[in-house]
Amino acid sequence: MKEQKLLKFLKRIEPDKQKHPFWHTVYDGMFTFFYTPNAVTPMQGVQIRDRIDLKRTMIFVVLALQLAYLLGTYNIGQQHFQALGQYTGLWEGWHLKLAYGLIKLVPLFVVSYAVGLGIEFFTASRKGHPIAEGYLVTGALIPLIMPPDLPLWILALSIVFAVWIGKEAFGGTGMNVFNIALLARAFVFFAYPQTISGDEVWISGIEKVGMAYQGMDYGWIHGVFDSLFRSLGWAEFGQGGAPVADAFTGATPLALAAKGGWEAVTSVPQYSLSNMWWGFIPGSIGETSKPLILAGALFLLITGIANWRIMVSMFLGAAFMGFVFNLWGATPFMEVPWQYQFFMGGFFFAMAFMATDPVTAAGTNTGKWVYGFMIGVLGMFIRVVNVAYPEGWMLAILFMNAAAPLIDHLVKRSNINWRKQ
Amino acid sequence: MRNGRYKIQSLLALLLLAAPAFASAGGGFTVKNGITIATVALAVFALLGVVLQMVRGQNGGASKKPAYVPQNARFISLKKGHDLSIVGEIEGEEVEEAAVNTFAVQPPDIVGMSPIPKVLVEVGDTVKAGDPLFFDKRFYRADEPRLMYVAPVSGEVIAINRGAKRSIVEVVILKDKEMQYREMPEINLEKASREELYTYLHDTGGWSLIRQRPYNTPAHIMDVPRDIFISTFSTAPLAPDQNLLVKGREELFQKGLDVLAKMTDGKVYLGLDGRGKKEPSKAFTEAQGVEKTWFSGPHPCGNVGIQIHHTKRLKVHQQVWTLGVQEVISLGALFAERRYKADRIVALTGELLKKPRYVHTWQGANLGELLKDNLLEGKKARIISGDVLSGRGKKAENFLGFYDEQVTVIEEGDYFELFGWLLPSKPRPSVSHAYLRNALKKGPYYVDTNTHGEQRAFVMTGQYEAMLPMKMLVQPLFKSIVVNDYDEMEGLGVFELVEEDVALCEFACTSKQPLQKILRRGLDMMHEQS
Repeated sequence: MKEQKLLKFLKRIEPDKQKHPFWHTVYDGMFTFFYTPNAVTPMQGVQIRDRIDLKRTMIFVVLALQLAYLLGTYNIGQQHFQALGQYTGLWEGWHLKLAYGLIKLVPLFVVSYAVGLGIEFFTASRKGHPIAEGYLVTGALIPLIMPPDLPLWILALSIVFAVWIGKEAFGGTGMNVFNIALLARAFVFFAYPQTISGDEVWISGIEKVGMAYQGMDYGWIHGVFDSLFRSLGWAEFGQGGAPVADAFTGATPLALAAKGGWEAVTSVPQYSLSNMWWGFIPGSIGETSKPLILAGALFLLITGIANWRIMVSMFLGAAFMGFVFNLWGATPFMEVPWQYQFFMGGFFFAMAFMATDPVTAAGTNTGKWVYGFMIGVLGMFIRVVNVAYPEGWMLAILFMNAAAPLIDHLVKRSNINWRKQ
Repeated sequence: MRNGRYKIQSLLALLLLAAPAFASAGGGFTVKNGITIATVALAVFALLGVVLQMVRGQNGGASKKPAYVPQNARFISLKKGHDLSIVGEIEGEEVEEAAVNTFAVQPPDIVGMSPIPKVLVEVGDTVKAGDPLFFDKRFYRADEPRLMYVAPVSGEVIAINRGAKRSIVEVVILKDKEMQYREMPEINLEKASREELYTYLHDTGGWSLIRQRPYNTPAHIMDVPRDIFISTFSTAPLAPDQNLLVKGREELFQKGLDVLAKMTDGKVYLGLDGRGKKEPSKAFTEAQGVEKTWFSGPHPCGNVGIQIHHTKRLKVHQQVWTLGVQEVISLGALFAERRYKADRIVALTGELLKKPRYVHTWQGANLGELLKDNLLEGKKARIISGDVLSGRGKKAENFLGFYDEQVTVIEEGDYFELFGWLLPSKPRPSVSHAYLRNALKKGPYYVDTNTHGEQRAFVMTGQYEAMLPMKMLVQPLFKSIVVNDYDEMEGLGVFELVEEDVALCEFACTSKQPLQKILRRGLDMMHEQS
């Protein structure tokens, strides 16, 4: 029995809870990852329990994100080489693009989990609680909503802020008021705006030298990949430092739309509808590919883990506001046909993975309709009307997180009044 | 079950799937593109419809009115909830006589009973069936009648077992071979005033059969209930077929209903099985002097609490009474035969029984004797007095609960499971769709007492609401109990619930919260305040 051997081994290395509370907490987290505990239901209360638990629920969200990770990784490389005018075809130099993306994304991913889980383990051991699974999802979400070139120390700082102040201070998983991943992004957004807004941050590995842009030099890790590629006879990274292509501006579709409406977006050849839909445009790492995000969303809907009410109502809210702007038509951005608004920016990512966070969303079914619809309306409003912010979903969701208890309160009042009749 | 959700989900999916089609077409909305999209959409929708039909058929959620329901009858179809299908169902309708010798009345079974009731017998005394054993001291003042709890069988009192802090947990009687009944005083049901009726019931133990809502305590001694509710079917997992329980005792059941009708100014409501699987017994469908309502839907629609909510909702400062079918029969026997006849047909169910079956015995039978020679060897068993959702775990030397008419025996789940959360090695029931097998196959499933995960804070929302067919915000209610918010608790309707109503929510809870325990705390808090 191999299983029993592993169990015996794990039981043998269990640290003492009194002497080493921190290591015991870490051990407990690891042990429950390997083995579902042998706890049984008490004599009073329900005698059997549903198969589902929070671990499976959370890991399903991480699974739903995998497609976005895949394309996000490739797209980091794609955008980088496209800006330099090299390998402009989609599958040209795919190994370079993938390697480039991995070199950018893996450190972000590792730092995200290392810092976040570190804090989680530490606070859990201080409080004597078991480690809750909330950060499994948050840790996977955070790299996807950041620009690829974000310095790792800023990422670490933002996670410390979000997890410690945003979650642990409120009591841990299930108690937080604001979406942790968005809180981390908002921290970067307000504390280090130059790293996450403007035209220059969304394409990786481009720097400004004097007045001109050029590619950065490649590092040692690229050299490691180069030696691998050389042995296979494939194209290599080389030294880097190449000048950018003539047409390069770095501006995202949203930035162009804000200035010149839909015509300005479509005038850039690489911003074809198909490219925007499939996600080969600059942006936060995971937000660009609509179909892959929607596949994840569909997975969450079918398994019943994400709430369909929030997704539907948020879509309706955004469509409604886009339509109102079409009628209004005061600026070129407002005149962007409402259905094209969904091709730009991170709407679908916000809808599928951010707004549906059950802890920070409204808790009542009626409340969820209002909550989602208002996010759609507000997010579109911030995107189109406010020139200072290029995209509105983060701020809209954080704002509605704050308003969710109020919505629930009103729903509760109406139920209480109905019951009094 | 939750058809609306599937429909909207599939619509959303279509909407989203249609978008790339017209994106790849270059953004133009030509007639040709439109037709292509529409055809694909129709095909996908039809396919989804077929899948939906299959799933719905699996869950047996046909909510059409069955043919046997009379045309003008009140028929209520409920959608929320879930029918748990587990292994250990009884086949056939044969009722065997159980060879049980020891019986007990257990004060802890009675909600709100003082821990140390006044016991009127001593070890070694002989009692007849219907002789008083103890009464609740809390209710008793010099000028008030005593609410007696009486012996279910005749015999010798062989033990008065005490639990923590000297509380009395069991008064055990060794049954005579020949049953002897205490002859109850004469009473004429037609002429007796309500007060005389009440006194008679307090004295003869009939009152102990009646439970009141809110709180599920015995009815208060002087209260006149608004209405009385009886559910004549049970939807809980492996629950006994109530038609069988009333078989041969139809007249006593009707007599019981007549008694109840005299005790309320309102009505006696009967909840009937309208699920279409089996026609209810004539004792129920042709009962006189009662209001009948038909219910259809998954568990917990057979729970009397759900039926009260949909027939005539309980409001603050109101009381209604509830009884089970066999309690009504015992009540009827008190008047028809002037005897406390607490005989019960009990369903012995569960996967660890050699042969699940019905047995005939008395209230509070010893569990070990009930299950003798019927337990499967070699497995650690959890014996449950009641069903797997709201029953109580007990040991073989313990006794059947005061109101219970079912015993379920399942396996203890004290094992470690490698990657149990990710790749379950054993199929287990789940209401979640995160398990493909559970979404497609209804069961029956083997079950065990493993919690399948650890307790967490409330994270998921809307789960409880989907499992309770009431207009109630269940999760906000539980949060208000946890933070002792008395006003909100009352406003959100805690008084409409008892443990069995939220048992399915507790089963389904991803965070493994002890909902029945929390609810009882809230109810106790309310009870003290009122």
